[in-house]
Amino acid sequence: MSQSLNIKNLHASVEGTEILKGLSLEIPKGEVHAIMGPNGSGKSTLSKVMAGHEDYEVTEGSVHMDGVDLLDMDIDERSRAGFFLAFQYPHEIPGVSNANFLRAALQARLPKGEEIDAVAFYKDMYSKMDALSMDRKFTARSVNDGFSGGEKKRNEILQMMMLEPHYAVLDETDSGLDIDALKIVAEGVNRMRSPERGFLVITHYQRLLDYIVPDVVHVMFDGRIVKTGDKSLALELEAKGYDWVTEELAATA
Amino acid sequence: MSSTLSENETAVAAEGSVPWFAAPPVHDVALELPEWYRDHQAASWQSFLKLQDPGRSDENWRFSDLRKVRFSELIAARPADNVEALVQRAKAERVKDFAAHFVFANNRLIYSEVADLPEGAICLPINQALADHGDIVREHFMKEDASLGGEKFLALHGAATLSGLFVHAPKGCDIEKPIVVHNFSGGDFQAIFPHTLAIAEDNASVSIMDFFESIAEGEQSVIIGGADLIATNGGRVQYVSMQDESDSGPKHVQINSSRAGRDANIVSAFVNLGGSWVRNESINHMQETGADIQIFSANLVSGKQEYDQRTLQSHEAQHTTSDLLFKNALYDEARTIFAGLIQVQPGSHHTDSYQTCRNLLGSEKAEANSMPGLEIDADQVKCSHGSTSGQISDEEIFYLQARGIPAEAARQMISLGFMNESISKLTGAEIKENLFERVERKFASLRNR
Repeated sequence: MSQSLNIKNLHASVEGTEILKGLSLEIPKGEVHAIMGPNGSGKSTLSKVMAGHEDYEVTEGSVHMDGVDLLDMDIDERSRAGFFLAFQYPHEIPGVSNANFLRAALQARLPKGEEIDAVAFYKDMYSKMDALSMDRKFTARSVNDGFSGGEKKRNEILQMMMLEPHYAVLDETDSGLDIDALKIVAEGVNRMRSPERGFLVITHYQRLLDYIVPDVVHVMFDGRIVKTGDKSLALELEAKGYDWVTEELAATA
Repeated sequence: MSSTLSENETAVAAEGSVPWFAAPPVHDVALELPEWYRDHQAASWQSFLKLQDPGRSDENWRFSDLRKVRFSELIAARPADNVEALVQRAKAERVKDFAAHFVFANNRLIYSEVADLPEGAICLPINQALADHGDIVREHFMKEDASLGGEKFLALHGAATLSGLFVHAPKGCDIEKPIVVHNFSGGDFQAIFPHTLAIAEDNASVSIMDFFESIAEGEQSVIIGGADLIATNGGRVQYVSMQDESDSGPKHVQINSSRAGRDANIVSAFVNLGGSWVRNESINHMQETGADIQIFSANLVSGKQEYDQRTLQSHEAQHTTSDLLFKNALYDEARTIFAGLIQVQPGSHHTDSYQTCRNLLGSEKAEANSMPGLEIDADQVKCSHGSTSGQISDEEIFYLQARGIPAEAARQMISLGFMNESISKLTGAEIKENLFERVERKFASLRNR
């Protein structure tokens, strides 16, 4: 059984329009891969499809997580099996406190009849919040309700740290962050890097990759991976722009 | 101090079926009541007889199912026979840390316990307060002139009320812990008339939790309750009506009036889970500079239940504020009606006033009616009102599911959160927890049926 998040020839459409057109990508455990691409190339669609959003229909291909068919599972099952998506636009859940939300998410991972140790839970949460420079008042506040853009993204990383997934996809986690928040978020991700965990970092800008240094960089265009390289590819893209890739593609077509 | 009152010490209503339209339903003729109170009862009875029944053409009863209202079928409540069991129930449900606890069943006091009242505070059943502190009661009792349609109910209440609680916190007296009151009702068409009169004088504070419950499931008891909440200079009153009667049977009319003086704050909340037909009227006067009143409601309505709520936020001085947040979660064929009016009286400049009603529709057959209103007669005023109705969004459920929470549990968390949004605005961790658990219990009962 391969220890990877393995996407093979993935085709997916929304309302009859095909967005992913045969995307293949393998993220071995322990590696950080980045996907860069212009707006509309299908980056966010890829993350939603992997998480199981019902608006997206997978028409062909597969996604396996450590050999297990991810697409065959319900949304919540995927999460409990170790898949995590940090949302680009995290939802607000009024009236549900951040602490209760995290507790419910962890509780859902326990066998029936087993209860979370509240003391240990709070201790763990507080230490992780400290690492993300999050004020303790966020535990009592409603999930993302009235949070600034940066606070929402930090909250996503807190959830990731609490749920300790095997594979995490970060969907444009850098968008809307100032440089200080970006550093804090990146630091949170870097602390989670381990031989036991794989990351897929989706971003439009190279800036994030200064702080979360990827092992592999992919360029996505029109629903496919069109170029793969090391971290220097991100710098090249930043310097030459996405037109460089599209022109190169046109030349070889 | 703890006592269970015996039958003959209780305020006892006339036995048997009182012919309501033949004589005023004055309870307990043996009790020595002040003359002014007897006069008030008699005058109220006369107004009750004179007033028209609520009618379809009355804007205050728009959307209401008037077939639910039938004065002619009411009879006087008889003493409950399982008093000990009711007291045990009440004790199990109250908050742990309370100042005093009073239990009434069918208009009669059946239990009282004073745990922790500060010096100078008065906390007595209203009939006893009439005898011992008649002058203070007289100054504040049922002084409301405005009405949102419930005049006839209020007149009957005035003629008949002799149960409920009188709380008086004199200047600077902080009754920190909540005062808990249970009002049990039962028996088909038997009517109870609980009244709460709470006064927080200058810089004093009072918090009251009024529970309304049924003695047994499915009986068609009638509750016509009222509350007068008064806070003067810097005084604070919090009043929570926790109505968890049987889902089928009881009809409940609750008419509350609040008056806030200079820099005073009143919080008036309705949590409704039970009752077959419920009418809440909440009249709120911000009378002097700095007065602030908050009105919250959380209602979980299912089956064929109908909740009808009417509110008035009347700003009568400069720099007054008010905030209203009503939340309805509707299931099955349930109906809700919300009609709210903000009135900024002439000269009440620099008013801040908000009014929001949100409906969460859990069924296609549920019906939520909202009628927000604004009348502004002043300058430099910030007012907003709004109402929304909708279902839980798929995106919210997706977000929770993406964290491993199963869809059904996600749906429930979001609904509970929706209700909690208004409950969480109250003061007192134990009060909020108590209310939240009740709401959770009703959600569980809807799930398990």
